[in-house]
Amino acid sequence: MIYKIEVWLKNNLPDVRGLSLAKDIYDLGITTVSNIRVVDIYRLDTDLKLDELDLICQNLLVDSVIQEMRCESTSENENKLDTNHNIVEVAYNAGVTDPVEETSMKAVLDLGVSGIRAIKTAKRYLIEGHLNEYQLETISNRLLVNPIIQHVVKSEPMAFPENPQYIFKLKHMDILGANKDELMKIGRQFGFTNNEFQTIGDYFRKQQRNPTDAELETLAQTWSEHCVHKTFKDRIKFGDITIDNLLKNTIMKVTEELNKPWCLSVFEDNAGVIDFDGRWALCFKVETHNHPSAVEPYGGASTGVGGVVRDALGTGLGAKPILNTDVFCFGPPDFPYDRLPRGILHPRRIFKGVHSGVADYGNRLGIPTANGAILFDERYVANPLVFCGTLGLLPKNMSKMGQQRPGDLVVLAGGKTGRDGIHGVTFASEQLTEKSSTTSYSSVQIGNPIVEKKLIDVILQARDRGLYSRITDCGGGGLSSAVGEMAAKTGAHIYLDRVPLKYSGLSYSEIWISESQERMVLAVPPKHIEKLLALFSSEDVEATVIGEFSNDRKLQLFYQDNLVCDLSMQFLHRGRPRIERKATWEQPQFSEPNFAQPQDLNETLLQVLGAWNICSKEWIIRQYDHEVQGTSVLKPLVGSNNDGPSDAAIIRPLLDSTMGVIISNGINHKYGEIDPYWMAASNIDEVLRQIVAVGGDLKRVALLDNFSWGNTNQPDTLGALVRAAQACYDMATTYGTPFISGKDSLNNEFEFEGETISIPHTLLISAIGIMEDVNQAISMDFKKADDLVYIIGNTWNELGGTEYFRMKGFTGNNVPKVNPQQSKELMYKLSSATKKGLVEACHDLSEGGFGTAVAEMAFAGGLGATVHLGRMPLGEPMARDDSILFSESNSRFLVEVAPENKDEFEKTMSTVNLAVIGQVSNSETLDIYGMNGRKIVSKSLSQLKEAWQKPLRW
Amino acid sequence: MSKVKTLILRAPGTNCDAESAFAFQQAGAITSSIHISELIRHGQRLSDYQIMVIPGGFTYGDDISAGKVLANELRLKLGGDIARFIESGGLILGICNGFQVLVKAGILPGLPEAKRQSLTLMTNDSGKFECRWVHLVVNEKSPCVFTKNIDHMYLPVAHAEGKVIADAETLPQLNVVLYYTDESGSNKAGYPYNPNGSVANIAGICDTSGHIFALMPHPERCIKNTQLPRWTRQETKKYKNGFQIFVNAVKWAQSL
Repeated sequence: MIYKIEVWLKNNLPDVRGLSLAKDIYDLGITTVSNIRVVDIYRLDTDLKLDELDLICQNLLVDSVIQEMRCESTSENENKLDTNHNIVEVAYNAGVTDPVEETSMKAVLDLGVSGIRAIKTAKRYLIEGHLNEYQLETISNRLLVNPIIQHVVKSEPMAFPENPQYIFKLKHMDILGANKDELMKIGRQFGFTNNEFQTIGDYFRKQQRNPTDAELETLAQTWSEHCVHKTFKDRIKFGDITIDNLLKNTIMKVTEELNKPWCLSVFEDNAGVIDFDGRWALCFKVETHNHPSAVEPYGGASTGVGGVVRDALGTGLGAKPILNTDVFCFGPPDFPYDRLPRGILHPRRIFKGVHSGVADYGNRLGIPTANGAILFDERYVANPLVFCGTLGLLPKNMSKMGQQRPGDLVVLAGGKTGRDGIHGVTFASEQLTEKSSTTSYSSVQIGNPIVEKKLIDVILQARDRGLYSRITDCGGGGLSSAVGEMAAKTGAHIYLDRVPLKYSGLSYSEIWISESQERMVLAVPPKHIEKLLALFSSEDVEATVIGEFSNDRKLQLFYQDNLVCDLSMQFLHRGRPRIERKATWEQPQFSEPNFAQPQDLNETLLQVLGAWNICSKEWIIRQYDHEVQGTSVLKPLVGSNNDGPSDAAIIRPLLDSTMGVIISNGINHKYGEIDPYWMAASNIDEVLRQIVAVGGDLKRVALLDNFSWGNTNQPDTLGALVRAAQACYDMATTYGTPFISGKDSLNNEFEFEGETISIPHTLLISAIGIMEDVNQAISMDFKKADDLVYIIGNTWNELGGTEYFRMKGFTGNNVPKVNPQQSKELMYKLSSATKKGLVEACHDLSEGGFGTAVAEMAFAGGLGATVHLGRMPLGEPMARDDSILFSESNSRFLVEVAPENKDEFEKTMSTVNLAVIGQVSNSETLDIYGMNGRKIVSKSLSQLKEAWQKPLRW
Repeated sequence: MSKVKTLILRAPGTNCDAESAFAFQQAGAITSSIHISELIRHGQRLSDYQIMVIPGGFTYGDDISAGKVLANELRLKLGGDIARFIESGGLILGICNGFQVLVKAGILPGLPEAKRQSLTLMTNDSGKFECRWVHLVVNEKSPCVFTKNIDHMYLPVAHAEGKVIADAETLPQLNVVLYYTDESGSNKAGYPYNPNGSVANIAGICDTSGHIFALMPHPERCIKNTQLPRWTRQETKKYKNGFQIFVNAVKWAQSL
């Protein structure tokens, strides 16, 4: 029997879930909705009597202070007609993990009640106000239901659908008997290139047998772009030169040449590791989760966080995640609905979904999300970018990847395995189409943060007790990648029928490649296995021995004693034929802007401050818990009213030490349209500026790269990648800042009505810098009237790709460049001035240039200022006030210095180009004087702040 | 004198245990972080401790309603132990999720003849998770032993379900310890000073003995100056952090 329990807020209480939904509906342009109430529905499959059900309701499901309820068997319930409301009920699709089900089952048992077979939850929305059928459907489709995981309930289910049983049947792919065309067809089905599948054919022909599906799946996962990074690691013909392994020749080469003793583990583990204080080490990794977030923003983004957190947990012998950083690229929130490609979610919905996915998952794990960035561009409409990063803390003597011995047991720990995310890796490596939303549903993983939190807690205990010899995360490619990589040097025998499943019906292949979340793989010496399993069970975390490491260098999989996969590790990891691709690069020519300087620069400044890329992100930041763990030193929002934009975050990983870590991100795709080389250079300069601005220095800074690119089979797209990578080498080498890890996500493009829309080439550079004493941190807000305002660094006529040009409808050609030698010298000197206590406030100049930076410092500090453009040091002659205000030249800072420290500050900065351009004042106004000495901007702090805060005050 | 022993209760989803333990250690206590299942199995005994802390987090994912599942576990599986612990004068501190748990387990508000739950915490009026700093004023008439000699504090909140709501008879009987105010101490400022819409700006309550204290803000995240916002503006002298709460608790427990 199925009982339905409905729980709703008492009518005298405002339903805030309903209210925020009503707001979203209003944003859709539907203005007739007056109120919404949300009803939580629990469907219980049980034979219990009503009084027992009542016990469950009163003691668990209903909070009688604020809620009311109704419980009835569904057969007696003829969906009561309610003429006052439009009703939409939304439930999870069969096979999708209902996140509340597991807890509910446990909680019912706690009450001493047994005999519940299943619990499913749903939500019913009671929408007040006149709506026609089309409007109601629009609301459902755009706001309430994501068909990937949910559906609208039309009629009461008479029973919960049962999962089908799986009956073992070994599946072979006939390649021995296939002709060439058939062969290639099989190859494409698994995502192989012709050349790759040729090699695979040869391998099996030599063995005179057909491969099983599991073998081809394993090869497909292991050889996918996502896992093996062929674009970066294979050969590229770039003009006359052949680059054999772009990664080794650029990004990794920096690290090798700099050879810093504090780099403990680079480019080999799940994250890069650096020394923190001699006893502890830090690991850092940023990953993308783009394609899953495009089709299911909430699930895609939350599992992005979950995945990168497991990277930290799977680095060395396991790190404690201590900070998350997240960077998103979306279409503009005001993108017109009528231009939205079919099958694509609106940018606003993607934004809200991604943001709440990241916030919910990170908050529940208790990891502060203290830093991030958001960019907007129309070309991200169909293919948003979601970068999730995690910083981890681990003992220095555990920072190297472990090594198991033959005979060590393979233990799978954490969540159960379901169909989630099957073929996620191949999905991630492919182009999205308008059909992706409907065909790729099984590629979307569903996360459960509490399962991951439990896993983290127990693994760190097991680590400290030395109970395992090696650990890795189960990420893209599932067990096939995790075990396949771990066992590369030994071999492994895995018994797939021992893997705990969420539900029946999975084939051996599905078990092997499932990307179900919250799972880690451990290598456990047999002598520790009992202790390990007991520890895991005491914290209610599932851990199962699923096989053992061997010494035959073979990957052998069994299902109910049948051998279903038998591959040599040599072939799996070394057998892939390398590719050679052609790359070209030609600088595009954009039309030079020809607009006249605006009459009123007041208005222009307000517009720039309110641009999507510049405006306040407080709405997002406040929904992240950025204080948990108590480590916060410099918060994402600073200033007299806790609402100014901090350049970087600083945390103190060890509560009893004064040492800190600075975390920053540099990203700006717009420069890349003109030249990816200068985009990469600018991003690196920016990420380092932010570290210096908050009081850090460049002595121990480690970088991560994240390339999100279009289709690198196109020679010019690949050429752009090569240019950017070359800049990474040139810049990082000069700055002396090694890369320690990185990631790439290629083929970010979308096919719509025969046209291919590619994302702009986007490079995210993330950095961590070690700070000896957090008490030297500086915030960007003006501190005191009469202090001097310095600009450090020359301003050039560099408006190509700037926010100002974009606003005016131009791209331009004069992209901001970097002189790394000069920039480095400037930053070193500024750092020593800060260390001497000579700097009251410091802000780096980036998007929106000088005008934006000075306004932000003023309204963040609640203090006005008077500044003169005529006093700014220029790199070349510039006449227009708007150019000077909004140029985005790199290597520039605004610094507040107390008058009594003037001489000492200038002495410390010695040869650096700088000038006092004005003073902080007690007035409530920012006054900017132009080149001809006339006042060009005079705006109150509240007007400036309002322009900056308004766009994303949702 | 032997050191005060503090039990930091862990459950699936607890996430403020480390900083809570650190705060008590700084205040001079010995701490043990104990998983609920260990207490239920009697691998550890509550009676060996003088202070029990239910730290912040999302126990059991806050599924069904925040803190409810852990509250039931405490009530049904450890009810006797907890009653004896309270009887013997032990201190209980619930922070954030711990507040929700204590209320839903019926341990707070601890009014004499309460038969059913008459107080709860619900979704913030803003409908959002709110991570922000709040000004708090201590009710000087409160018997709470944790807040002795504190008149105001500046602490962070980080929660989605922190709105205190009580039925009409219960509200006037509550032992309110902390109120949300604005910078000047006024309680009329509304959101975001009162970040969740709590009735009467209630941020923390205790039982009649003053031994059981629960609050939504996080004192354990603010025991040092560099944890405060605006310390880079040299403004920290104006604001009191949360450290005294832990000092008071440990001092009180020493006399047990």
